[in-house]
Amino acid sequence: MEDFLRQNIVLVSTLAKAIVVPIAIMNVVPFMVLLERRGSAFIQDRRGPERASIFGIRMFGLWHTIADAMKFITKEKVVPAGAHPVFFYMAPALLLIPAIGAFAGVPFAADVTIAGETIPLQVARLDAGILYAFGVASLGVLGIALAGWASNNKFSLLGSLRSASQMLSYEVSMGLTIMGVLLIYQSLRPEVIVQAQAGPIWKWGIFVQPVGAVLFLVVGFAEANRLPFDLPEGDSELVAGYHTEYSGMKFAIFFMSEYMSMVTISAMVTTLFLGGWQIPFVTTERLHGWFGTDVAGQALTALCQVTSFAAKVGSLLWLFVWVRWTQARFRFDQLMKLGWRTMLPLALLNLIVTAAVMLVIWKDDPRFGLGFTG
Amino acid sequence: MGLSEDLYLPETAKALGITLRHLVTNLTHQSEMPTINYPDVKRPLNAPERYRGRHRLLKREDGTPRCVACMLCATACPAVCIHIEAEESPTKTIEKRPMKFDIDMLRCVFCGLCVEACPCDAIRMDTGKYELADTSRKSMIFDIDTLLNH
Repeated sequence: MEDFLRQNIVLVSTLAKAIVVPIAIMNVVPFMVLLERRGSAFIQDRRGPERASIFGIRMFGLWHTIADAMKFITKEKVVPAGAHPVFFYMAPALLLIPAIGAFAGVPFAADVTIAGETIPLQVARLDAGILYAFGVASLGVLGIALAGWASNNKFSLLGSLRSASQMLSYEVSMGLTIMGVLLIYQSLRPEVIVQAQAGPIWKWGIFVQPVGAVLFLVVGFAEANRLPFDLPEGDSELVAGYHTEYSGMKFAIFFMSEYMSMVTISAMVTTLFLGGWQIPFVTTERLHGWFGTDVAGQALTALCQVTSFAAKVGSLLWLFVWVRWTQARFRFDQLMKLGWRTMLPLALLNLIVTAAVMLVIWKDDPRFGLGFTG
Repeated sequence: MGLSEDLYLPETAKALGITLRHLVTNLTHQSEMPTINYPDVKRPLNAPERYRGRHRLLKREDGTPRCVACMLCATACPAVCIHIEAEESPTKTIEKRPMKFDIDMLRCVFCGLCVEACPCDAIRMDTGKYELADTSRKSMIFDIDTLLNH
């Protein structure tokens, strides 16, 4: 067994990452629901749900999410008459898979070297990880469109069309806002971008590309369908939007994928603008100097970096919750106006200014001249 | 709208400050929050004197019920929730007494007409008790002993 592990360390570690990371993301959901409920309660001078107890232990209301899950699982399966028998079941999965899948390219710690093999702490090391992440994340629209269409309900269809147009509009700005960062770090590989943000805190993307960071965060809110951009739902005009006809576990999957896409978007913001797993002023080399480069030292280093990554993602997730309970939503025409007339020109302007500044500053640097071949 | 409102983000930051202040205040001063943890903590009932709570039957000085089973309350009751069966009273000066006096609390509308109707001041709704819930229908029909020993 030990020999097998030693010989197939790459295979084993890849499998382990592919299993642990999705489970970790899914387990963020109950804590996010708890944070949302209690956080909103304390913001609104309430106490929030806290009374569910198991043997007298209340866990600050965490059991409520477990009770919710049990309710969802045991609920009756309702499929409306006229709903498409296959697509109706497929739609939640089509929304869930991109929400988890987009996380695959995100590095959550520096590479670890065990038994001479370099193991990237990143589920998939891809040549164009950023493109992959955005490509997969945009597939979520398919799930929403399919859910609306397969339900055979006018409210669902209208809701799904509205969310699809919202997500497609904001994807344009999303792609353009990250162009500035990509220009500066000269790479589409998330691990290279994170490595470039090592050391002092002002190397982080948010200080190099402040406009891009703010724009990306706002667009991220729209892509995750969070307030103030939660237009897919709207009780007064569309009932519950694309998931009007969904109940039980199928609804729970829509619910979970909303939170998981929040995690994914937070991870992307962290990677591009907040230094990824980098601890400010403490590089991997310095951590190795403190803990050593043997297996234990590398594990401690990775643990510190994963903690740093988780702290950044967690803060952004809190920001999502915090903004939701602060801001009122936009009207749909305001949303579209903001997307096309404000975000898109600002993103383009940011890109042009970044390109011009880089041309001036790095004109004489042979690495960034016209002959640069990457 | 001024520039700050047009830009939207400064106002958002201001709003976030307000919600954060509420959050921090509530987290650090949890005991001062307006919520009363109801079943654990009960608010003292500052009810007016005429607050109509659970009924009670009053007793005479010798402990027998004041009720003379005249049926006026049962007649006055718009919800038909009072059921009285009378029997002869052993006391010579009193004609009847209730053998059964049931109030179906599931039907009662707490109008207080029974109290108004009673000529002997035998029934009152001045207990101030408002927590009337149980797990079976049967236990919500209060009999004469329950009403006397409120």
